[in-house]
Amino acid sequence: MRTAKPLTEALLYLNGVTVSFDGFQALKELSLIVEEGELRTIIGPNGAGKTTMMDVVTGKARPDRGEVFFRGTADLSRLDEAAIANLGIGRKFQRPTVFDNLTVFENLELALAGSRGTWRTLFAQLSRAHRDRIGATLARIGLAERSRMPAGSLSHGQKQWLEIGMLLIHDRTLLLLDEPVAGMTDRETEETSALILDLAKDRTIVVVEHDMAFVRSLGARVTVLHEGAVLAEGSIDHVQNHPRVIEVYLGR
Amino acid sequence: MWGFAPSEDKGKWGKRFWASFAVCGIVLALAVPLLNTWVPPDSSIAMPDYIVPLLGKYLCFALLALSLDLIWGYAGILSLGHGAFFALGGYCMGMYLMRQIGTRGVYGNPLLSDFMVFLNWKELPWFWWEFDHFAYAAAMVVLVPGLLALVFGWLAFRARVTGVYLSIITQAMTYALMLAFFRNDMGFGGNNGMTDYKDILGWDIHQSSTRRGLYIASVLALGLGYLVCRYITVSKFGRLLLALRDAESRVRFLGYSVTNAQLFVFTISAVLAGIAGALYVPQVGIINPSEFSPGNSIEIAIWVSIGGRGTLIGAIAGAVLVNSAKTWLTSAAPETWLFVLGALFILTTLVFPHGIVGLLRRPRRIRARAAAPMPAGEQA
Repeated sequence: MRTAKPLTEALLYLNGVTVSFDGFQALKELSLIVEEGELRTIIGPNGAGKTTMMDVVTGKARPDRGEVFFRGTADLSRLDEAAIANLGIGRKFQRPTVFDNLTVFENLELALAGSRGTWRTLFAQLSRAHRDRIGATLARIGLAERSRMPAGSLSHGQKQWLEIGMLLIHDRTLLLLDEPVAGMTDRETEETSALILDLAKDRTIVVVEHDMAFVRSLGARVTVLHEGAVLAEGSIDHVQNHPRVIEVYLGR
Repeated sequence: MWGFAPSEDKGKWGKRFWASFAVCGIVLALAVPLLNTWVPPDSSIAMPDYIVPLLGKYLCFALLALSLDLIWGYAGILSLGHGAFFALGGYCMGMYLMRQIGTRGVYGNPLLSDFMVFLNWKELPWFWWEFDHFAYAAAMVVLVPGLLALVFGWLAFRARVTGVYLSIITQAMTYALMLAFFRNDMGFGGNNGMTDYKDILGWDIHQSSTRRGLYIASVLALGLGYLVCRYITVSKFGRLLLALRDAESRVRFLGYSVTNAQLFVFTISAVLAGIAGALYVPQVGIINPSEFSPGNSIEIAIWVSIGGRGTLIGAIAGAVLVNSAKTWLTSAAPETWLFVLGALFILTTLVFPHGIVGLLRRPRRIRARAAAPMPAGEQA
């Protein structure tokens, strides 16, 4: 399936992707295209396949059928998580996942760009440039004063930011954010929204979210998933007035 | 930059560390041999000859415990088959010592060991070739456990076998090896194992000077093993190990190969265990398949947890203290030992989960290294 010539100009290209677990089809012939530089939000009721879609893109789940390409050349259905991450795809989990027993600083240190090899990691030295970069990221996510605290002692919202910081520090091309404001206060949600819009200036971001107000605040193109396939796509106003979307969300 | 750059790496290898390391090393390496050599036997501080190899044995167990702490305390890999790597290193040394016996065996065969003559073998099996050279045997001490760990680890970690499943298959591995080594046809002396050694590198193995030498070699091996483990655990790779213990999938999504990291640390650990076994055999004078028994491997985990896992020094303390208690109790009240060991283990798990080191460090608050989740209520 590997071709030298890009199949598509799109950054992320999913075509006819089907994934099933124990007979249940989480994704049914899902096709989705995300262009470079785009900010895209994906919504859908529970079980619509949003998280499975992210699993497929990041190598955690393998599609039974279909194509998943990054930059039109890298076949993501054949690579493992680490290889996909090294292509420049970062992921934030639904539940904040940070390293509780490491300090905030050490969490960011592990996320720094650089060789991932065992040998290199064993002899790695933290350069001044690295420290500066960690310092800048800490400032950006508002955790500078907590840098020496174990990440396990942060509040829920702070963990979410730390996780975003870990994606940020490693100049990823594509960020997948799974419910970044889940469990956040209104103020934290606003700040996160501003942070995402700021980040979207120089990278491609796909946000999966439940919170409609938050999706509206991002003002991006919206894709609605339902039962493993795309139900509607367009602006937030377009999808909110779409008869099928209303039917699915309000029940039949 | 000091504001958000914890410059801990400097403290970890600072003057204070090297000073305490050197003091401990010199005291361990010199005190025992000196007390054994120069203090008259009737003095109250005399070190009788039989104590020297006994202490040497404890140091070998300490190195073995250290190797388990490296993978269990830091990377969260609980191997319950680490006795197998220890025993394999021991067997490699045992084969060298058997070849040194030469014509002094009961049957006086210059090439074949007594058990081979007894089995009516005519030729030396190929896997015994070259074991009369110490350098070759020493290389095998490292390579045999290392390669087994590499192959076993590759199969297990690539298939993402972790946690309790990994513990179970490591138990199965050591059990299978025990059964294999019990067979006479394997060519390693069957259930009698190998014993009745004469000399090592030309020195009589029963001489007290040789025993002092083996003791000092054990101190050196433990010291070097400690430095290797410490280097690994304070490096960025060490933080990666803690990270994958806490959130393995996050480590993968950061682009690190979890398989490679686990495989590397597992193999290093197996090599350290093998070296410990190789030093153990000449000091106790025998190696047999009971070293592979699953119970032995479980006991190593108990030493580490009593000492305090994820602390390195705790593993050493745990191994020495538990084994000293075992030596004393198994002669004073042998039938109670297993109950005491079991009680200690339960008590550690329930009352002081960070082990002895955790108890001593409690006033200073245990750093994030320990296994249990951080206490709540630290949010500023």
